[in-house]
Amino acid sequence: MRPSVYIPVAVLTACIIAFQIIVSALNREFYLTQLTMSAYYSLVILGLTVLMGYAGQISLGHAAFFAMGGYTTAVLTTYNLAGAAGNPLVKLVVGLGLDTVSTNAYGAQTQHLSPWVSLVVAVCLTAAVAFLIGIPILKLKGHYLAMATLGFGIIVYRIVLGTRMFGEADGISDLPAFRLAGGLAVGGDPGLRVQNYYIAAFLLVAGVILLTNLIDSRPGRALRSIHGSEEAANAMGVNTARYKLSVFVLSAVFACIAGVFLTHFNGGIGPSEAEVMKSVSYVAIVAVGGMANLWGALVMGVVLNYLSLRGYFGSYDEFVFGCILIVIMLFMPEGLLIKENFRILADTAVRIVNKCRAGKQE
Amino acid sequence: MPFEQLLQYIFSGITSGSIYAIVAIGFNIIYNTTGIINFAQGEFLMLGGMTAISLHSFMPLPLAILAAVIITSAVGALIDFIFIRRLKSPSVLNMVIVTIGLSIMIREIALHVWDEKVRSLPYFTGSEVTSINIMGAYISPQVLWVLGVSGVIVAFLGVFFRFTLTGRSMRACASNITAARLCGINTKNMVTISFMLSAAIGALAGCVISPITQTQYDCGTSLAIKGFTVAILGGLGNSTGAVIGGIIIGLLEAMSISIMPLAYKDAISIAILLIILFARPSGLLGKREAAGLKEF
Repeated sequence: MRPSVYIPVAVLTACIIAFQIIVSALNREFYLTQLTMSAYYSLVILGLTVLMGYAGQISLGHAAFFAMGGYTTAVLTTYNLAGAAGNPLVKLVVGLGLDTVSTNAYGAQTQHLSPWVSLVVAVCLTAAVAFLIGIPILKLKGHYLAMATLGFGIIVYRIVLGTRMFGEADGISDLPAFRLAGGLAVGGDPGLRVQNYYIAAFLLVAGVILLTNLIDSRPGRALRSIHGSEEAANAMGVNTARYKLSVFVLSAVFACIAGVFLTHFNGGIGPSEAEVMKSVSYVAIVAVGGMANLWGALVMGVVLNYLSLRGYFGSYDEFVFGCILIVIMLFMPEGLLIKENFRILADTAVRIVNKCRAGKQE
Repeated sequence: MPFEQLLQYIFSGITSGSIYAIVAIGFNIIYNTTGIINFAQGEFLMLGGMTAISLHSFMPLPLAILAAVIITSAVGALIDFIFIRRLKSPSVLNMVIVTIGLSIMIREIALHVWDEKVRSLPYFTGSEVTSINIMGAYISPQVLWVLGVSGVIVAFLGVFFRFTLTGRSMRACASNITAARLCGINTKNMVTISFMLSAAIGALAGCVISPITQTQYDCGTSLAIKGFTVAILGGLGNSTGAVIGGIIIGLLEAMSISIMPLAYKDAISIAILLIILFARPSGLLGKREAAGLKEF
């Protein structure tokens, strides 16, 4: 990690802690719920930023990977092992100690697969799917790539919506809490709110540190060279196909992990998580963040998702994201959080302060 | 499968296929002059249908459709003036994002102007229950309208692009935009015309299919994806290819309903799209070299 990364990470950590303390002091801890959710969504956006901003490959199907993570864990952990004790596979799972017992919302004991196992399964499954689909898809460029990823997203959405196992339009609910080590648990219980906030924040910070390091490394430079010119990168000896594929898989895994944790946090998942509009809003946020800007994506991801989840946009939610896409692309392709904008902001602030002072002196 | 049933499926396939073909032709017109895939193409159909439905409450049907076509083509021109012209040397990625943003905006505006209710125009001739018997298969007269209008549109475009100065200028832009500019063609205006034409065709198609498929604020997206599949299958920019591709996709879809659950219907055509993209991105009638040379 370069020293220059310490400062933003420290500032971010300080902000995270400060926000929790203020909110708890004001007895407004319910704000943390949506913030936790937006932290998970931001994890998807971080992965997508590396794919879009650094490697220059658009994906309009990232909600599908998120949904894959969420649905895999939902299906696996809501399956009642006690009801199928005779099944040899179930016996094996129980014998290996991969099961957990939790109390569901009605106070009954359920025996189910440990979320740790479903997390591993979800990550492996998503990585495998991303790998297999990535080989042909990443050969495409421009419109074709956009349409192919969009098509992939729609297929996943249709499958989720039309399959009995995935609960069709109702989705899957009543997920058990994901008990991590040492009494920590990811779940929807109001008592777990503060610790869940920190778990999500920890994942987000870990994710951003990991990706910053990646971008500053040799593979990161290779990726940026692909964005600059694929042919030139190829000529310089960069194995462009392999790098693109690895980044695609990496960003899919980020989305999948976010999906697993958010689904346990929410206690359920519905087909709307796989909708095309979700993927488009992820792309919109990456664009607002400035494409090749992890910190911009992180800040905008948290802020916009938070506003959207708290319902500040009302029935204009999708409209807002559509507008963001157009305005950013037309007027500020560098994103919102660039130095120039901050300078303009600082200048106006200084001017206003000066005016106020002048006004007082008169 | 008895012959009548097969024929019934074939008719239904050709009907939806010709709708997809019109959408694909709309894609092609804009693609040819600008190199943009207009992701908001489906919204033109929705807009045309919705406007005609609203206007029909106080004016006769033909007039309402005409007005809807004019209004939608004005919207197309407006989109070009406000958004597309502002893009200075845009990358394909930017164009994709802008047109997706446009499609969301149009859809959401439509949701707030109208509402989420499903509406439709009345049948042009007869009613829902009128049907014509063709060799044992029953089809609605509206299907003939759809087929007829698609045919007229294709014929009109053929004449327009071949025999009028504007049409030929647009073709010049398609083959080489710099050379066209050097010959004194105002390429910017050609882009505007292509947006207007594409919007007008979309609106007309939206009106004709409204009695059969109903119109709703979000009906454009799935049509656009089908239309894109067809455009790719036929070879981007190739109108004959679009018609052939449309009928192939339409038939495959109609047949798929008879063997697979209806919920997967959309997934079928998208799976076809992916297969074409992976195997032969230049499409059935597209030139392989041309697809390789273009900037993606």
